[in-house]
Amino acid sequence: MHSALFLQYFFSGLVYGSIYAAVAIGFNIVYNATGIINFAQGEFAMLGGMLASTLALRLPLWAAVAAAVAVAAAAGALSERLFLRGAAKRGVFGMIVTTIGLSILIREAALLAWGPSVRTLPFFSGSEISSLSILGAHFSPQVLWVLGATALLVGGLTAFYKLTMMGKAMRGCAADRAGASLCGINPDAMVTIAFALAAGIGALGGAVVAPLTQTHYGIGAELSIKGFTVAAFGGLGDSMAAVVAGLLLGMLESFSILVVPEAYKDVVTICVLLGLLFIKPSGLFGSRTRLALKEY
Amino acid sequence: MRLQRLLPAAILAACAFALPPLFAAMGVAFLLTQLTMSAYYALASLGLCALMGYAGQISLGQAGFFAIGGYASAFLCTRDLGAAAAPSGLVRLLDSSGLLVRWTDPYGKALLTLAPALSGLCAVLLAVLVAALLGTPVLRLKGHYLAMATLGFGIVIEKVARGTKALGGADGISAVPGLAILPGLSVTGGRAARSANFTIAWIVLALGILVLTNLVRSRPGRALRALRDGEEAAAAMGVDTARYKLKVFVIAAAFAAIAGVLLTHYNGSIGPGEAASTRSVRYVAIVAVGGMDNLVGTLVSGLVLNFLSLRGVFGSFDDAVFGAILILVMLMSPEGKAARAFRSLLPKRKVAGR
Repeated sequence: MHSALFLQYFFSGLVYGSIYAAVAIGFNIVYNATGIINFAQGEFAMLGGMLASTLALRLPLWAAVAAAVAVAAAAGALSERLFLRGAAKRGVFGMIVTTIGLSILIREAALLAWGPSVRTLPFFSGSEISSLSILGAHFSPQVLWVLGATALLVGGLTAFYKLTMMGKAMRGCAADRAGASLCGINPDAMVTIAFALAAGIGALGGAVVAPLTQTHYGIGAELSIKGFTVAAFGGLGDSMAAVVAGLLLGMLESFSILVVPEAYKDVVTICVLLGLLFIKPSGLFGSRTRLALKEY
Repeated sequence: MRLQRLLPAAILAACAFALPPLFAAMGVAFLLTQLTMSAYYALASLGLCALMGYAGQISLGQAGFFAIGGYASAFLCTRDLGAAAAPSGLVRLLDSSGLLVRWTDPYGKALLTLAPALSGLCAVLLAVLVAALLGTPVLRLKGHYLAMATLGFGIVIEKVARGTKALGGADGISAVPGLAILPGLSVTGGRAARSANFTIAWIVLALGILVLTNLVRSRPGRALRALRDGEEAAAAMGVDTARYKLKVFVIAAAFAAIAGVLLTHYNGSIGPGEAASTRSVRYVAIVAVGGMDNLVGTLVSGLVLNFLSLRGVFGSFDDAVFGAILILVMLMSPEGKAARAFRSLLPKRKVAGR
């Protein structure tokens, strides 16, 4: 293959992979804190892009993105307080059904608020025609923003969990809820924070890729399924592995255009993902014994 | 006891014959159209009830099987086989066996196609085959993984329907002919056939609930419930869990496919919206409202909710209503927050002897 074309596909794969990684990280944060898989996770990435695109009409771009992330995080926390508190007691089935209901409500609310049209966001630097070039391949500076944001997310999250008091408290709750509350940590608050964090990260991902991929009210369900499979493929709960798996999926999807028609792009990737789930549900880096111990 | 088991089916069958003249006398015969469609959607929900309520296997792909049935039958009975200059041996063989029909579509084009009854049968068999192939790996998954995998299956079916030109892309397939089940009786739209089709749909629904009631009240049915309440325990009791799960998965798919075939021929068209994940969620919501392991409850909620939705009662909130229903059902369930809050409002009952 032509090396410039190869790089072109490569960058496109990085962009899509980053948003899958962001959604997958959100799945992991909530899963670690509560054992819940939040089927509405992809909807927060949709909210991030849509909110930012609306707010950018009034606010400077950086403020619009920050506000979108904050609003999505608040929506995440609120949905946990209203609908999901104690959902674990209702069993796996109750959790699935509740979060699916939630995802539909968010999607329909977005449809009512923004209508069915496709939205986009201004480029963070330059415009749609500005481009950088490496080895003859041209790509938008936005790609660097996407990669930077992903790196920042992973680094920031690791630092948060390892270095800050709150991050340590959250890890404590995940390891042993009763033990953590004996140490004076409020587990309920930690769960709410986990939902806010997961929603915020998804929204940030959704906003950063929006100039390149565009966004509309209905992208959440697909992001959820891809993000979940990426999280499962990396080994549920492992955020670093999720980033690797997310980028791999982005590459697969991007290069699949070479062999299959564009309309079937998602069909191929979802089929591959399902195949992976069937063959190795414990994930790429996970172990079967660890999976067997998990409540799911 | 046996009579009680027959009761829901008997009521449905009685309604199938009694409601058309009654509605005609009341001047509301137009309602029969939506009640016919609701019956087919309820049939698909009943299949899901057996799978989800009794066997405890969540599926977010029921609409996928519905669409496979509808699309396959619509495709096979509108695909012109006579266009080729020299018909192949297979076409000649089918033609001489009387399995092909010559007709003219609404646009005035003469067609030689598979007979709708045969295309419908093929469509259901296709759905059963897909379910059998998919079920083996999918049903090894549990909980979240099973839900995601079936959701993915549904999305794949919708994307294929939307992206394939031969299936009409975003427009779907229209001008689907009626499906003749008896001489002079066929599943088709239009005012003249309205009463007869209402009767057909409700009789099919009655048969459906009869089959499933017998299934869940029998030895396999008890095996399914044992499986739901504890897979390891059921296996230890000698239940071949994998086989039972696969069987009920295939049965659920067959119910959805039959409903899809009949509704497609009744409407005369099918579109990719029938395969959408929101549709699958709708089936789940109907089963949840019906009380999960409750066939009669699912039947009633399926008829009522679909009827209201088809009458446009929910307006532009159509999908949102079903999402809200799911959350409410869970919050109202005995373990749910709303139910506990409600109970705390009630006066505490005094326990005798304290």
